[in-house]
Amino acid sequence: MAKPKVAFYWCASCGGCEEAVIDLAEDILTVTDAVDIVFWPVALDFKKKDVEAMQDNEIAVSFINGAIRTSEQEEMVNLLRKKSGLIIAFGSCAHIGGIPGLANFSNREEIFDYVYTKTPSTMNPAKTTPQTNTVVDGYELEIPEFYNTVKTLDQTIDVDYYLPGCAPPPDLIMNAVMAILKGELPEKGAVLAPDKSLCDTCPRNDSKPEKLMMKEIKRPHTVEMDPEKCFLAEGVICLGPATRSGCGERCINANMPCRGCFGPVKGVSDFGAKSLSAIASIMGIEGEENMTDEDIQKLVDQIPDPAGLFYMYSLPSSLLRRKVMT
Amino acid sequence: MFDPKIIAFYCKWCTSAGADLAGTSRMTYKPNIVGIRVMCSSRVDPEHILDAFKNGADGVLIGGCHPGDCHYESGNYKTQKRITLLKKMINDLGIDKNRLRLEWISAAEGKRFAKVVDEFTDEVQKLGKLKI
Repeated sequence: MAKPKVAFYWCASCGGCEEAVIDLAEDILTVTDAVDIVFWPVALDFKKKDVEAMQDNEIAVSFINGAIRTSEQEEMVNLLRKKSGLIIAFGSCAHIGGIPGLANFSNREEIFDYVYTKTPSTMNPAKTTPQTNTVVDGYELEIPEFYNTVKTLDQTIDVDYYLPGCAPPPDLIMNAVMAILKGELPEKGAVLAPDKSLCDTCPRNDSKPEKLMMKEIKRPHTVEMDPEKCFLAEGVICLGPATRSGCGERCINANMPCRGCFGPVKGVSDFGAKSLSAIASIMGIEGEENMTDEDIQKLVDQIPDPAGLFYMYSLPSSLLRRKVMT
Repeated sequence: MFDPKIIAFYCKWCTSAGADLAGTSRMTYKPNIVGIRVMCSSRVDPEHILDAFKNGADGVLIGGCHPGDCHYESGNYKTQKRITLLKKMINDLGIDKNRLRLEWISAAEGKRFAKVVDEFTDEVQKLGKLKI
């Protein structure tokens, strides 16, 4: 029997997700024994035309990482959708927008203006910026369009499953691959990670006081953090209460608080709103009945950039999807 | 003249009763507000507020019990912290923070309820339509 065909593709991403596949180490041999990789631009020399030549649904599963930022990415994922039985949004950017999604605090005009004219190393007096169509010596050149707004994969094509994380950890990747090979997948649309929140599996959970409270907000670079204590109890914002577990607590073990790359737990539509709610509730909880409006404002102002903090990985998948710009 | 749409969340114990008092006392106030009664102002998740803005609300009003009067003892304190932080966050997301308002209105304050609704409607009207 022919081996099932698998494709990997990258869109607006850093390459870390490709690295995560390589991080499977010798387990990747199990994968390549069981499947044929038919398309993987970062590693193998197959071209777009090879994919176009395939039958519809000929690829068993495509793992797509990265957010959608250009017309080229949109075209490629639509092609892969047509040729694939299953589409898996691989990593934070495809799942919830990721770091490239922070561009949604701005727009194309601002980004072009900064990148092509204002950056310190740039000399561009003519203010030349990328144009979709340019005529040179009578020939028309076309480059992909750079969209105003970064989108998640499922805002662009139908997605069957999500593998969260920046980048997804090897054990979750292997679990997903094995589930696909054995045909033991959960219902469509599921996130292939535990449904619990990170606090539930956090190694520091035991150090959490019965009543969590933050008297003041300390930023990670301004304090020496105890490597064993709950960050929130120390006054450092950690988004563990709102974030899905399954990452292997990589940041926590490196003594850094969670920033939410795994996205929300099941049933939450706006990660930022939920984490804001969790953090605001435990701020200044002691003596809250005596706080004046000014006291509360002062406490809140200890968070200099709430939108950037709570939507660090998830702005494109939030209810608003981007900053409102008129 | 622009006719704003305002979604309001009233806590059952105070503001909702205040709204009832305004109604039974036949007070008049601007009709731009759609009230939703919840058990406590702290039941209003920031998600609900963003959802309202996304779905066409030009302003969102939250009404709760005065400090010290919360039926659940401390719900309104949580609300105030959340709304203060949320105001700062929506401002950074391009939604004027004055489109979100938190007011303490008791069951006895029908007049105040009508006044707050009128004032807030005027303010949102000045801010104009929220384009998302």
